Amino acid sequence: MLQLQFFLVVAAVLFCIGIYGLIVSRNAIRVLMSIELMLNAVNLNFMAFSNFVDSAMIRGQVFSVFVITVAAAEAAVGLAIVLGIYRNRATIDMESFNLLKW
Amino acid sequence: MTLGEGVQLVTFVVLSAMAIGFALGVVWAPSIVYSGFLLGGVFLSMAGLYLLLNADFVAAAQVLIYVGAVNVLILFAIMLVNRRYTFAPLKLGWLRNGVTAVVCLGLFALLTAMALNTPWQLEPIQPTSSVLVMGGHFFREYLLPFELASVLLLMALIGAIVLARREFVIPQAGEGDLSLLERARPQLESESERQAELVSTR
Repeated sequence: MLQLQFFLVVAAVLFCIGIYGLIVSRNAIRVLMSIELMLNAVNLNFMAFSNFVDSAMIRGQVFSVFVITVAAAEAAVGLAIVLGIYRNRATIDMESFNLLKW
Repeated sequence: MTLGEGVQLVTFVVLSAMAIGFALGVVWAPSIVYSGFLLGGVFLSMAGLYLLLNADFVAAAQVLIYVGAVNVLILFAIMLVNRRYTFAPLKLGWLRNGVTAVVCLGLFALLTAMALNTPWQLEPIQPTSSVLVMGGHFFREYLLPFELASVLLLMALIGAIVLARREFVIPQAGEGDLSLLERARPQLESESERQAELVSTR
C-alpha cells in the first residue's frame, strides 16, 4: 500500500537534486531548470499531505495551484532576464554575471 | 482510486524512478538541449504521481502549464542563446562541487529521517471530487489570493516583455538598408575576460 513517507522521500530526493544543480551549474538556463525541479518537489509534498492528511478538504491542491502560477511567472521573468544579460555580455556563464558586485 | 494496491505500488516505483532519473539527467546532461527535453520528462512523471494521489485537476494543470508552457519557453530560450560554450574551469571548482554534494546529501538524510520518524496524523482517504472542492475553495476562502494571482501573472507578462524588448531606432538617411534597426548596446566586459586579456598581453 502506498504510504505518505514514500512520496516525502521522493520529494526530498528531487529537492536535493534541485539544490545541487542550482549551485553547481554554470549555465544560467540550467539554473532556472533546477529551480523548477525544486518547485515541483514542493508541489509533490503539498499533494501528498493533501491526500493523506486532509483528503476531505484538499487544501494542499489549492496551494499547489498557486505554486504552479508563481512558477510560471518566475520562469517567464527569469528567462527574460537571462536573455537581457546575454545581449549585454554575450555569454550565459553564471560566473560572469557579476554586474551587481561592488 | 480504483487501481489495485499492487498496480499502485508498481506505478509509483516506475514513476518515481523516471522522475529521479530525468532530474539527474537535467543536472548532468552534457548538452543543455538534452536537459530541456529531460525536464519535460520530469514534469510528465510528476503529473503521473499527482494522479496516484487523487489530484486529477492539478495533474492536468501540470501537463498544460509546465509541459505546454514553461518547458516550451525554456526550449525557446535555449534556442535563442544556443552556442557551444566551453566554460573556463574555476579555481577551486572541484571544492565547490564536493562541498555542495556533501551538503545536499546531508539535507537529504535530514529530510528522510524527519519523514520517517515523525508520527503523522493520518486520516482515512475519502473519495471526493477534487474539481468541485477546489472550485469551492477558490471562490470562497481563497478568493483574494486567486485574484492576486491573476494580477501577478499580468505583472509577469508585462515585466517579461519590457525586459526582453529590443529598442528599435529609426534608420537615418544614408545608412544602408541592411543596417540593424536596433539600438546598439555596449558590450560589458566581464572580469574573467579582462583577466584573460591581461594575461595574453603580458
